[in-house]
Amino acid sequence: MSEQLEKPIYLDYSATTPMDERVVTEMLKYMGPESSFGNPASRSHSFGWTAESAVETARKQVADLVGANPKEIIFTSGATESDNLAIKGVAHFNQKRGKHIVTCKTEHKAVLDSCRQLEREGYEVTYLDPMQNGLIDLKVLEDALRDDTTLVSIMHVNNEIGVIQDIEAIGKICRERKIIFHVDAAQSAGKVEINLEELPVDLMSFSAHKIYGPKGIGALYVQRKPRVRLEAQMHGGGHERGMRSGTLATHQIVGMGEAFRIAKEEMVEENKRLLKLRNRLYDGVKDMEEVYVNGDIDHRIAGNINISFNYVEGESLLMALSDLAISSGSACTSASLEPSYVLRALGRNDELAHSSIRFTMGRYTTEEEIDRTIKLVRKAVDKLRDLSPLWDMYKDGIDIDSIEWAAH
Amino acid sequence: MAYGEKVLDHYENPRNVGSFESADNVGTGMVGAPACGDVMKLQIKVSDEGVIEDAVFKTYGCGSAIASSSLLTEWVKGKTLDEAQAIKNTQIAEELALPPVKIHCSVLAEDAINAAVADYKQKNG
Repeated sequence: MSEQLEKPIYLDYSATTPMDERVVTEMLKYMGPESSFGNPASRSHSFGWTAESAVETARKQVADLVGANPKEIIFTSGATESDNLAIKGVAHFNQKRGKHIVTCKTEHKAVLDSCRQLEREGYEVTYLDPMQNGLIDLKVLEDALRDDTTLVSIMHVNNEIGVIQDIEAIGKICRERKIIFHVDAAQSAGKVEINLEELPVDLMSFSAHKIYGPKGIGALYVQRKPRVRLEAQMHGGGHERGMRSGTLATHQIVGMGEAFRIAKEEMVEENKRLLKLRNRLYDGVKDMEEVYVNGDIDHRIAGNINISFNYVEGESLLMALSDLAISSGSACTSASLEPSYVLRALGRNDELAHSSIRFTMGRYTTEEEIDRTIKLVRKAVDKLRDLSPLWDMYKDGIDIDSIEWAAH
Repeated sequence: MAYGEKVLDHYENPRNVGSFESADNVGTGMVGAPACGDVMKLQIKVSDEGVIEDAVFKTYGCGSAIASSSLLTEWVKGKTLDEAQAIKNTQIAEELALPPVKIHCSVLAEDAINAAVADYKQKNG
């Protein structure tokens, strides 16, 4: 396992992606002294005008991928900022109407921590439990809504398990009650068809670096008809129609636009290819004993598979798989030793949560890489199970849950 | 995270992996919990003179937990029960150069030898 012949195989596309070469090429046109480096807010010379025009082209490219009007796209520093702006911005603006927010336990920390902050400010937040497959039970959602609920925030695609929520159905429920609906789409844009012209969604967060654009840039969709109002979280020059002040990062925005343009053009074909790779990977390991897929297998993006290899601890598995760039739901390094909160919210027991590995494939993943991954994973799991007292107990037919473990 | 050389060595080539058949001269210690992400099973075979003749382990846990238990089996062999129980987690942590977040792995190893000795003594009390 020490034969590190080449760079590790990158299977962590949900963490981030490399920039597409076409994106890099576009961005370089707005950086150096000979480039169109102007401030898009400069109205008095051509440097500014050219930059502004580039920003507006990118705004349209972003809007086009998701069926929005360019005027509904606000550029931010990333999906985390978009989530903060949407959640705190709407909660603050509507606080006279009510101070109750509904979200889900499996949301990204950018959403959960924004909600926690609102709780500190005196708001009430309901954190829904998803079903075992990671999807939201619409009935549970409906029951959680109250007269003073002003906002529902649910992610489109989960970053760990890749499941796709039915945002259309959730949006309809919110519309009926005139509750604002925010969707974190950092993991879904460019991977799942999104048409905001028809979807009952009021706010949607986007990130560029999850789909081959640059890091440090994102956007928030703010619906115009009917108009969604929110309180700015960043104050200054009144950029982005007053919702997000700060000089527009032209090169970043251009990169995001190009990335979204490419995604629109290539998404359908790319998804077909990724689905084949994902199935190839899963088919290559599913005959092993005690292998579980986390999250619904059908309502899931093509490039994600999250698997628990029972009786093998995730961090040691990562160590054995040092030729792969992957991530685990285990958290043996953290002080709390808490495994993935997402998997726990699905009701997975702690062992399975500790034993989980997320594989996310993308534009540059090859069949050869998947085949090599299968070989490495099988070898590592076998090796670690030979070392595992829990595996022995399982093999001897001993129920691990029947033992009184001394938690430490 | 980056692992120290000794952790890697024990992880790649764990010493004394295995199990003993249950017997009067075998003491078994199983510590930790699956929910916490680590379980160590340490077994010692004790001679009539009270010396640990052989030791084996199986560990479910991170690389540092595996290395701590592997190292422990090497250290306890040839020791009396008292000498084995005198092994402190800090010695293990130092030998393996464990970072602060991994100290609990060495604590678990210390717990394991104590539990194995206690089990042996109970059987032969």
